[in-house]
Amino acid sequence: MHQEAAIRPPLILGHRTYGDITADVAAPIENKAPRAWYVLIAIASIIALYGIGCIAYLISKGIGTWGLNKTINWAWDITNFVWWVGIGHAGTLISAVLLLFRQKWRMAVNRSAEAMTIFAVMMAAVFPMIHMGRIWLAYFVFPLPNQFGSLWVNYNSALLWDVFAISTYFSVSLVYWYIGLIPDFATLRDHVTKKWQKQFYGVVSFGWTGNAKAWQRFEEVSLVLAGLATPLVFSVHSVVSMDFATALVPGWHSTIFPPYFVAGAIFSGFAMVQTLLLVMRKTMNLEAYVTRKHVEYMNIVIMVTGGIVAVAYVTEFFMGWYSGVEYEYYTYMSVGAATGQYWWAFWALILCNILIPAMLWFRKIRTSFFWAWVISIVINVGMWFERFDIIVLCLHRDFMPSGWTMFYPSWVDVGTFLGTIGIFFTFYLLFARYFPVLALNELKSILKSSGESYKGEVLPKSQH
Amino acid sequence: MVNKVIYAVYEDPELLKSAARKLITAGVKVRDVFSPFPVHGIDPIIGLKRTRLGIVSFMFGVFGLSLAVLGTYYMSIYDWPMNIGGKPNQFYYQNVPGFVPVLFEFTVLCAAHGMAITYLIRNKTLPGMPGRNPDPRSTNDKFIIELRMEDNQQHASEAITNMLRETPVFEINERQC
Repeated sequence: MHQEAAIRPPLILGHRTYGDITADVAAPIENKAPRAWYVLIAIASIIALYGIGCIAYLISKGIGTWGLNKTINWAWDITNFVWWVGIGHAGTLISAVLLLFRQKWRMAVNRSAEAMTIFAVMMAAVFPMIHMGRIWLAYFVFPLPNQFGSLWVNYNSALLWDVFAISTYFSVSLVYWYIGLIPDFATLRDHVTKKWQKQFYGVVSFGWTGNAKAWQRFEEVSLVLAGLATPLVFSVHSVVSMDFATALVPGWHSTIFPPYFVAGAIFSGFAMVQTLLLVMRKTMNLEAYVTRKHVEYMNIVIMVTGGIVAVAYVTEFFMGWYSGVEYEYYTYMSVGAATGQYWWAFWALILCNILIPAMLWFRKIRTSFFWAWVISIVINVGMWFERFDIIVLCLHRDFMPSGWTMFYPSWVDVGTFLGTIGIFFTFYLLFARYFPVLALNELKSILKSSGESYKGEVLPKSQH
Repeated sequence: MVNKVIYAVYEDPELLKSAARKLITAGVKVRDVFSPFPVHGIDPIIGLKRTRLGIVSFMFGVFGLSLAVLGTYYMSIYDWPMNIGGKPNQFYYQNVPGFVPVLFEFTVLCAAHGMAITYLIRNKTLPGMPGRNPDPRSTNDKFIIELRMEDNQQHASEAITNMLRETPVFEINERQC
């Protein structure tokens, strides 16, 4: 059996029993939603509808409605794409990588982080799809036999690798999430009393019984899927970075991009997990499960990955300068960027991604719920600027000075981006209302080894 | 009498394990165990073999890799080779570094989904299936041992019930099936 150090702080606070955990998680599902939930989902769905309207307008008119020009032909669309994919890295990292490392604290955060991952990757997929212009031909990205003779996809292209990486990542994350949800849906099926809820959770729990063989298979599947998903987490953002790294644009053509992008993705993903979870623990009374210690652990991951990102910035800056190539003078990490027309974007990145997150080195700040939340939002903004800088700043000084230009987003650019945020929050709020937001079966399994009232005892009370 | 089922309900996985051990030592056959989370170490006690789902996953992975090799070879080398940035593509091995991401992703795709589908089918957990756990509390906070008299014809049902009473049991339910 798993033994834990007695001095390690407990992961489940208070005198709770197995039944209490079920009741705590089922409470928001069984009770009426608070007024704040209705207000939030109303706001989120209005923004979502506006975004869907922008997308419909874009598809009917074409991508000329964006602010793209001949020099800057990738801008907010790909910025948003990479931003969302990056955010979508935390969930599977928490559930797969931390499962392999046997990190028990993941159990309180993995379910909602995975939900966030799935919604974020869905939002990411919107951007390359609509950027194709003719979205009805989107199936061309798959190697399908077609009516145009031997018109196959190009397996040498990083853009095609992206199609494979993201569709695999999305579908495997979805399956992994759902397989973990089945036993918890079954718990709700047997717990709820309303008729429609009983029927709903009865259907989605697929007739789970929870017998010994089922649990044995469940654990095997969780472990093997974690093993498969772990390299997937690292491959997806590596491949996304190769969209840039295999191109010949100064600033993009950089060998450190894959590890640097993966660290950046985990950095931003954990920030988004904090943004959502710190609000959720308060509003849904999960204080006993998502404790100060959980927040500190997540902040430590943010500090480590943020440190890697900072080192990557310095390396890029130094190597660009040291090469003495004049094209490198205008990349996103250069003196040209820091002092040129896009100085504000450069300094926003430095401030939001290096200087402010550095405050987490203070124990007081990284164990404070309020400051952790504020810093997580700053990191979300900073990581959006990172992608904006990489894409727009590297493009805006073209090889010929006659092509030099600036990027100005149109209202469709802004509306589409806001729209995806609206859709994301709509999905997330629905998840928080109708799904078990904690991994019940996992939390119960650590109650007697990491729960506050059992900590330090070798055997449960009743056996003495 | 032969069709009788006994459910012994426990409040803790450790108590259930010690009871199961006692029953097995006394020669009673345990049909199944229902619990709200995996009870570690119960499999050898009640004589469950290790699952072979890991092997299934490996086989699906090999299948996926083979399919991906075949597909990339057919499309990019055999059917319509193209000059992509001067990358050599006369033979498969020359072009294979460019295919590695696709080969990897497709292998993982097949291994993960193949295993997940096999898991759902083997567990008989599919959309529309009714819940078949004997007691709704077994997904909440109770741990249940299922004993069937047809497996234990050499024991009298009273003897088994008495044996269960000696363990720290929470309640004992009997049912005809």
